[in-house]
Amino acid sequence: MVIRFNRKTALRLVLMGTAAVSLAACAHHPKPSYPTTTTAPPANTEPPPINRPTPPAPVSQGPIPGTEQDFVVNVGDRVYFDFDHFDIRADAQPILGAQADWLKRYQGVAVRIEGNCDERGTREYNLALGARRANAVREFLVSHGIDPARITTISYGKEKPIDAGSGDEADQHNRNGHTAIVSGAQSR
Amino acid sequence: MRLMSLILTMAFAALSFGLAAAPARADIQVNVNRGDVQPLPIAIPAFNGGQVGADIAAVISANLNRSGLFRPIDPASFTEHDLTTAVQPRFPAWQQINAQALINGDVTVVNGQLKVAFRLWDVAAEKQLLGQEFTASPENWRRVAHKISDAVYENLTGEKGYFDTRVVFVAEAGRGSARATRLAIMDQDGANPSYLTDGSAIVMSPRFSSTSQEITYMSLRPESSAIYLLNLDTVRRESLGQFPGQVMAPRFSPDGSKVAFSVDRSGNTDIFVMDLRNHSSARLTTDPAIDTSPSFSPDGGRIAFNSDRSGTAQLYVMAADGSNPHRISFGQGRYTDPVWSPTGEFIAFTKQTGGEFHIGVMKPDGSDERILTTSYLDEGPTWAPNGRVLMFSRQAAGGPSKLWTVDVTGRILQPVPYPQGASQPAWSPLLQ
Repeated sequence: MVIRFNRKTALRLVLMGTAAVSLAACAHHPKPSYPTTTTAPPANTEPPPINRPTPPAPVSQGPIPGTEQDFVVNVGDRVYFDFDHFDIRADAQPILGAQADWLKRYQGVAVRIEGNCDERGTREYNLALGARRANAVREFLVSHGIDPARITTISYGKEKPIDAGSGDEADQHNRNGHTAIVSGAQSR
Repeated sequence: MRLMSLILTMAFAALSFGLAAAPARADIQVNVNRGDVQPLPIAIPAFNGGQVGADIAAVISANLNRSGLFRPIDPASFTEHDLTTAVQPRFPAWQQINAQALINGDVTVVNGQLKVAFRLWDVAAEKQLLGQEFTASPENWRRVAHKISDAVYENLTGEKGYFDTRVVFVAEAGRGSARATRLAIMDQDGANPSYLTDGSAIVMSPRFSSTSQEITYMSLRPESSAIYLLNLDTVRRESLGQFPGQVMAPRFSPDGSKVAFSVDRSGNTDIFVMDLRNHSSARLTTDPAIDTSPSFSPDGGRIAFNSDRSGTAQLYVMAADGSNPHRISFGQGRYTDPVWSPTGEFIAFTKQTGGEFHIGVMKPDGSDERILTTSYLDEGPTWAPNGRVLMFSRQAAGGPSKLWTVDVTGRILQPVPYPQGASQPAWSPLLQ
């Protein structure tokens, strides 16, 4: 199953993760997934617990490392593109770099890169444009040491928008490359 | 599949009757070329023969009305109510309500077969223009109405009609990630819709063969893409085969012997053509840019296509063997979806300028560009077989995609009476 990236959910999970001290390994903050939104509030806006009784085992420990959820929440499974462009933007490079690092750590994982487009283009052109976006993500990962045999690509053009709205914000959400884990991740 | 089997079992016999051996040409003429033409007032009373007679007249009236070239007169104003095809109408009664043409008809059932006779009259000249009789099985009454519409349209405009046709399209339900698509087919007036796939795969780019009995389309699943040929008579589906890369945008050659399509390999989309007789394929473009959306000229000698080799999406034409590619669109904006008209006169396209989309036409050499529509999102034109009308999809911001038609002058813009979400229409040739 593909966990769809939801910014609010992701933020909540990260906040829980930082509150649980034992998960210090997840040190880096995920990039805000949508460049059009403001940056996530710092983790210390969460008031520290006061007079906490002997803690029971935490209810949620955040994603288990090596799982699909770990990849989606702590690495980021989607990068975004400019209108009618397929070059990897500056804000996408750290996310793809982290994807490459994660894929190196979990060598058994295979991924499918899905290229997506906004509705401000015609269908068949967008299918070809989405293929270029998927390929751009693939080439980035390969150039960062990932075996091409672990990566397949497909373009959905504008046929699978993640945002059903119309307008600049929805269009930005829908112009993306999605790295979907197809096999090899640890199960929860 | 019900629709398909009905059409298979149907046999039409059209007989001319009345005085004229050849259809008379009237003083009344509808000029399809003038953009400012006044629609011709025409009276179409219910045919005799009960409900089916009334239904046939209503379908003819709706067809002619949607063409924009005719204005059916409100039946409430009719004063002669005992018309039959056996006697002449009382012309003054029709002249009085300013009817210029009149269609009347009789429907009878003989040996289980529907017999539909009709006459077309020039009201001012007080003479018959056309008299014909059709025989069909009763469930095919709509096709009889479409054939009568075509006969009337041809007589009064001098151009072939386009009403006895079907449209294959993509039926859409839901929005965003919940969107589901099914391959669908219906009559050109939105009647008799039926669905050819179950929605489990994304379907795109359906096209008719020149025989109307076979369609090609692409199917997209997370693991694979495929181009299929679907025979509407046998419901047999055949894959074009396996290709390295993602296949897209299939179209038949005019003689049905080949399918042109595009394939993406590592971010480079190029156009190929496959000979269906031996399944050999040839690559027609090699540019590292996007090359897609091929469309054969009606003589099969050339292919229009879409490429962004200049930096943005533009229209190009090349010989059918891939030689001599040259750009034909030079206006402001992005051009996609080239579709050669059945007459060869025009190439229709989608154009994107600023925040708007347009359907337009230009000559195959790129001259005489004409913009026909403007909206938030118009795309994917297809030609009626007479080259006079285009169907396309229109989507308002945040709304579903719907089918519309526009005539080649851009004056007559109409929604297609299919109420559900729909896109990517492809018009059949006239049915046999």
